[in-house]
Amino acid sequence: MSTITEPAAGSSNSPAPEGNRPARTPGGAFSAAQLAEALPGAFRKLDPRQMFHTPVMFIVEVGAVLITAIAIAEPFLGGPEASGGSEVPASFAWLIAVWLWLTVLFANLAESVAEGRGKAQASSLRQARTGTTARVIRDYAADTDPGALRASIAEVPSSDLTLGDMVVIEANGLIPGDGEIVWGIASVDESAITGESAPVVRESGGDRSAVTGGTRVLSDRIVVRITSRPGDTFVDRMIRLVEGAERQKTPNEVALDILLATLSIVFTVVVLTINPIASSSGVSVSVPVLVALLVCLIPTTIGALLSVIGIAGMDRLVQRNVLAMSGRAVEAAGDVTTLLLDKTGTITYGNRRASEFVTVGGADRRELVTAAAQSSLSDPTPEGTSVVELAVTEGFIRSAVEGTVVPFSALTRMSGVDFPDGSAVRKGAGSAVREWVAAASGIVTAELDDAVTRISQLGGTPLVVAVRDASGRARVLGVVHLKDVVKDGLPERFAELRTMGIRTVMITGDNPLTAKAIAAEAGVDDYLAEATPEDKMRLIRREQEGGALVAMTGDGTNDAPALALADVGVAMNTGTSAAKEAGNMVDLDSDPTKLIEIVRIGKQLLITRGALTTFSIANDVAKYFAIIPAMFIGAFPGLAALNVMQLNSPSSAILAAVIFNALIIIALIPLSLRGVKYRAASASSTLDRNLLVYGLGGIIAPFIGIKAIDLVLSLIPGF
Amino acid sequence: MTLAAAVLPLLTVVVVLALIHRPLGDHMARTFTGTNDLRVERGFYRVLGVDPASSQSWRSYLTGVLAFSAVSVLLVYLQQRTQALLPYSLGLPAVPEGLGFNTAVSFVTNTNWQSYSPEVTLGYTVQMVGLAVQNFVSAAVGLAVAVAFVRAFVARRSATLGNFWVDLTRAVLRILLPGAVIAALILLSGGVIQNFNGFTTVATLTGGEQVIPGGPVASQEAIKMLGTNGGGFFNANSAHPFESPSPWTSVFQVLLMLAIPFSLPRTFGTMIGQRRQGYAILGAMAVISLVSFTAATLAELSAHGAAAQAAGSASEGKEQRFGIVGSVLFGSVSTLTSTGAVNSMHDSYTAIGGMLPLINMMLGEVAPGGVGSGLYGMLVLAVVTVFVSGLLVGRTPEYLGKRIGAREIKLASLYILTMPALVLAGTALSFAVPVLRADIDGTSILNPGLHGMSEVLYAFTSAANNNGSAFAGLTANTPWLNTALGVVMLLGRFLPIVFVLALAGAFAAQDRVPATAGTLPTDRVQSATLLVGVTVIVTALTFFPVLALGPLAEGLL
Repeated sequence: MSTITEPAAGSSNSPAPEGNRPARTPGGAFSAAQLAEALPGAFRKLDPRQMFHTPVMFIVEVGAVLITAIAIAEPFLGGPEASGGSEVPASFAWLIAVWLWLTVLFANLAESVAEGRGKAQASSLRQARTGTTARVIRDYAADTDPGALRASIAEVPSSDLTLGDMVVIEANGLIPGDGEIVWGIASVDESAITGESAPVVRESGGDRSAVTGGTRVLSDRIVVRITSRPGDTFVDRMIRLVEGAERQKTPNEVALDILLATLSIVFTVVVLTINPIASSSGVSVSVPVLVALLVCLIPTTIGALLSVIGIAGMDRLVQRNVLAMSGRAVEAAGDVTTLLLDKTGTITYGNRRASEFVTVGGADRRELVTAAAQSSLSDPTPEGTSVVELAVTEGFIRSAVEGTVVPFSALTRMSGVDFPDGSAVRKGAGSAVREWVAAASGIVTAELDDAVTRISQLGGTPLVVAVRDASGRARVLGVVHLKDVVKDGLPERFAELRTMGIRTVMITGDNPLTAKAIAAEAGVDDYLAEATPEDKMRLIRREQEGGALVAMTGDGTNDAPALALADVGVAMNTGTSAAKEAGNMVDLDSDPTKLIEIVRIGKQLLITRGALTTFSIANDVAKYFAIIPAMFIGAFPGLAALNVMQLNSPSSAILAAVIFNALIIIALIPLSLRGVKYRAASASSTLDRNLLVYGLGGIIAPFIGIKAIDLVLSLIPGF
Repeated sequence: MTLAAAVLPLLTVVVVLALIHRPLGDHMARTFTGTNDLRVERGFYRVLGVDPASSQSWRSYLTGVLAFSAVSVLLVYLQQRTQALLPYSLGLPAVPEGLGFNTAVSFVTNTNWQSYSPEVTLGYTVQMVGLAVQNFVSAAVGLAVAVAFVRAFVARRSATLGNFWVDLTRAVLRILLPGAVIAALILLSGGVIQNFNGFTTVATLTGGEQVIPGGPVASQEAIKMLGTNGGGFFNANSAHPFESPSPWTSVFQVLLMLAIPFSLPRTFGTMIGQRRQGYAILGAMAVISLVSFTAATLAELSAHGAAAQAAGSASEGKEQRFGIVGSVLFGSVSTLTSTGAVNSMHDSYTAIGGMLPLINMMLGEVAPGGVGSGLYGMLVLAVVTVFVSGLLVGRTPEYLGKRIGAREIKLASLYILTMPALVLAGTALSFAVPVLRADIDGTSILNPGLHGMSEVLYAFTSAANNNGSAFAGLTANTPWLNTALGVVMLLGRFLPIVFVLALAGAFAAQDRVPATAGTLPTDRVQSATLLVGVTVIVTALTFFPVLALGPLAEGLL
């Protein structure tokens, strides 16, 4: 289903290749159509009971109501009241009221747009869920009839399924709920969840037994035990997540809310005390002006966009096919200091590949290459194929080989070919080939030992190649270096992580020697060799005791305890349901390197919040310089010296500040949806950059903006 | 005046501080981390029934602070009310209720706001047993709270912050008392008086009679400065020749005010084992204070305003022996350190020059602030700074390995909210309530209008920040001002202490997050600059409107 991967544009139907982020990120762009769609929601959100949850915007709404009332009453009370010794035009209160309402509306609109993007994803998910009929097995007998071939079956709507129900699904049937296969094997189309069109195999027992409601069985017949309650399946949870219905404020959001509320209280006190204090000089400021000042001072920009940033952060994860079970997990991802990565599949391709031919005893290189390739031609394993591929790059030409293929066996630990003329080639483990050579009265040189040892120390696996000529004499030609190949670009990514302050630890079942060599090649900071699940747990505990936050990926049931223990546990969607339950994120693409992406998104989320907070507070400087002189200039003409922007009149200055304050919300919606750019760099240089852009920029921008708006306003008669 | 004469006092202060902040800072760190008790201390603990080895939770520590201070207020109040019965009362009557309350609160909160003329109101017993003792212990309370807060950064998953009674005792006996003795001897040698002569009547040259008060001044003067208290023996405070006879005693008093507040960042750095963190705090304090002093000096030297221009220089209200620079240095330091002592009348400064002492206090007394209170105030600001800047680097913010979550930011916010709310509400009420307005306009304010507002604003700012300096020109011995300023002093001192200790409790309970390359460093020029920026912007945003209505409108007129 395309909408998961590309919710806004809705065109591509398969996940983009890893590392190609811009292609699948709709980013902050939103269309006029989206705005129009979000508009009714924005008006609905004007309900004070809802507004109350964002105290900053609630203050603005109260102010808007108050000024509207004043604007209506003014004509009956003898026209607009002079403020701070300056006359104001008759339309002043009305214009302030309109722009305050717009400020609130813009904030609501931003939230509606963000939620709308989630809803689009949710509605397409919902289609996957509806209208399924489950075939429930009555009195399932696990011992006598595990396949439920003879049991009686009842048709029940999928919404009525409960925990522990046994259902049977046959080819082309929709899986009615999350569960575990207890019998059978089937290929399953999971594209509804993952967006990946290739079917996957699911079977009972082991780590591939979990199935997800809403996915389709393509072949065969399976019996599934339902493991979720009705309305609480994976898809249900996903819908609630993307719709934002389950959105709870994250710890950091709560903390930021408190800071914003504090600023609002400070400014409310400041504004409330202005008139009493001004009265000492016999000056009085009108209510619309005071409310305008208050609204400009309280951090409306971040107050309006705070929830948008949170929703958009979740959304960005979903676009990358990662489901976070809570916003808390996303935040924690930004704080991760230690990354545990499994070697196989994450750091290396998972299969050993031939990387080098080493001749010994003065053997001809060409002969070695040919012999190695011949002995591997009929070896279908990835290792065998890779030997041939490497040989081809060295000039070997593939051709059919006449002779008897000797397959690899655990007993001989060799494979090769016996040619009709009596000659033979063998490749295999060092000791086995050595015995074979010795048996044919060949000599094994010390040079071979050196080559074997060197390759072992490098973390590779040495395959010794030998030939026996037609006369029966055998000799060693050389060694093939098989090694774990580290994925392209990983050392760079790990270096990037290091500058971000994240330590990477490679987990592997290999012996320490091999582990060390691969760790060095991949550029990870540390490794855990011969690791058992218990070792993994111990490592996580040790890191956490040192205060580190640990992230890891896992898919097996034996990973579950570690996933639960880690601060960020990303379960692979191909994994068991135990793993998925234990982790706090699920990667639908089952790509372990995505952990790095998740960390970035977590950081980006926090940076965006910080950036808009800084911007919002920095804006106040210019707003003060616009409003304070305007407030009192009639009474104290000397304050004209503070009117550094040379604004046209007190009324136009105040209105310009209010309009700027409203428009900046709209202007920053794309940024809050897209998130601030994050480049891997040290904390100091990131701070420098962001302070320059959002701190200094936040001070300067409103000076320009307010002046420009004032120039336009000065064209209105009376201003 | 030559440039050298203008810069020399400042240079002296800077050089001496550079020399003493290390030994003094390290001595304080040792004092509060050592485990040995002096014999006399053990005696105290036995009397108080305190086990010096026990460590208190933040609540228990706070209870100690509040209980001790409450008893102190009561004792000072009772002494004043029973003054007539006490020895060495010089025949002075009991202090009235309102003034007695205000004075007791004022000295217990380390404010030393004086609504009265000391030499004609208080006898020697109240001055020495009441006020001078509070000069020591109120400063010690500040030190204790600061040290408890610093310990919270060192602690890992700890429920306790140390023992208040031990910190209090050590602060008095090992830091303030020895310091005050040395300072008193130096002041004596500079000509500050120390006697029990009472009032001496002398015949003047013109044939008239003059009554000259004597008293144990040097001993009180030393701790008045060292403990950033500021309450003078005489009404004229350090402008009085018996309190500060010469230019060098004035510079020495400046040094006394700065000694402990500027050494505490070193103590902080030493205690947390990261000296550079201390220097970042010190740097931020130093930059703010230097800029403020320079601005005030320039404003006074430019002699803006009709009267000053007519006279040729802004000399009104300044002692000739100190000169303009010596006066501004003392005035700046006194308001930057929450001391509140004066050797010149801030009311007579030019409008802009007079605004700077006001701004110094509005900064929240953090650069370098009062004894102890300056450090914890600045650390709370550092927490807020790190919260915003930490977000900017994409991490849950943490300061010195302590995460700043909802509870922490709530307490830091409340701390920062308290002072402006008290200042603005107090000032606004004085003008908004008709009865109070009549009292303020009729009795208290000497110069109605913009300047009168500045006087009231100054009084509430001084009280809320526990500074104690007065703008003069304001008659504060009225029922409203005595009560309101008393309450503001109490809340301005103890609400922040409640929040700081609660914050300390929250930090101490946390583990420490290890620093990585992704951690925002807080010991660099960058972070110190940011701290200065946040301190200034928070103050500016809060007080810009009232400043515009007072000194700014007056100065730009």
